Amino acid sequence: MYAIIVGAGKVGRNLARELIDKGHEVTLIESSRPRYLAIEEELEHSVQYGDATELWVLERSGIQRADLVIAVTGDDEDNMLVCQVAKEKYLCDRIIARVNNPRNHDHFRLLGIQPAVSATDLILRLIEHEVPRYGLVHLLALEEERLEIIELEVSADAPTVGETVADINLPEGSLIISVLRGGSGFVPKPDTVIEAGDEVLLVLDPGLEEAITAYFAPNGVGSTG
Amino acid sequence: MFVLIVGAGRVGSAVAKTALAAGHQVSVLDEDTLSHERLDAGQAASWEEAGGQFTVGTALEIDALVQAGIERAEVFIASTDGDNTNLIIAQIAQRRFGVEKVIVRVMDPARASWYGEQGLHTISPTKHAIEMFEHALAPEPA
Repeated sequence: MYAIIVGAGKVGRNLARELIDKGHEVTLIESSRPRYLAIEEELEHSVQYGDATELWVLERSGIQRADLVIAVTGDDEDNMLVCQVAKEKYLCDRIIARVNNPRNHDHFRLLGIQPAVSATDLILRLIEHEVPRYGLVHLLALEEERLEIIELEVSADAPTVGETVADINLPEGSLIISVLRGGSGFVPKPDTVIEAGDEVLLVLDPGLEEAITAYFAPNGVGSTG
Repeated sequence: MFVLIVGAGRVGSAVAKTALAAGHQVSVLDEDTLSHERLDAGQAASWEEAGGQFTVGTALEIDALVQAGIERAEVFIASTDGDNTNLIIAQIAQRRFGVEKVIVRVMDPARASWYGEQGLHTISPTKHAIEMFEHALAPEPA
């Protein structure tokens, strides 16, 4: 199989490695020169420098014979455009797009770009795997109403360190759905004690991010995803 | 006519002013409040006093588009500084909101021409510049 991957961030780079290991032919396209040079040392001729939203760059990479085009840049418009052009102009059979902002999901759908994968969806799928079915229905319904799932690393000075989940009085519209500790994750119980260094996953109403961050990373060390 | 212009840089703001002066209803959406000042610059009355509308927001946010009046827009102009952004929002205006006339600024001539073939009204300043250079370089007729 010949796959073109657009965007050599963490996702693109690891995808390229995996596909090459499995014996596939891969071209990774990256528009940032420093990033391209860093990756070229490892992937050599499998990586090309250029803006893949430029048609000639896609053509140079052999898009006419590509079996699969994967757009995983950090820019949703770029991902949509690459996939739309791959599908409609170059008649590529299979496309996969990354959605950075879950709110853009409708736009991908509107333009016929499927599958469009977001980290939020993947986490929801993991929840689907982990929690009983009755809880799941509720969560998926909430997703349609634009809830967000965020991940925060608990800092040592967080007011919640040493508290049980039951004692943490989170704002309405937010819920801890998972705790990642020492490389494995679990669904917390009311008596789960939060520790510094934990990564907590929360589902919340949009707009609560800042308030929530104050509970777990008052100096803003956390990362959202 | 109700004209919605997304992206009020040099081009967008100039078109907005002309359209307003021509008696159209004009709404501008831009993520940068500086663009609002650009609309006011050199005018006797402020943009709003002259009858214009300005909304701060990005064009991929449906809420911002609705607030800017896309549901009653008869003309949609995509003139942000990003080709890909313009091409995506133009299609949203066309397919999701059914705006009758959609005009898109696309710097890259290749993308402008392919999307033009797909039914979008694209304008490529680069293409025009190339043509003007070619014209200027052409030998004078004897």
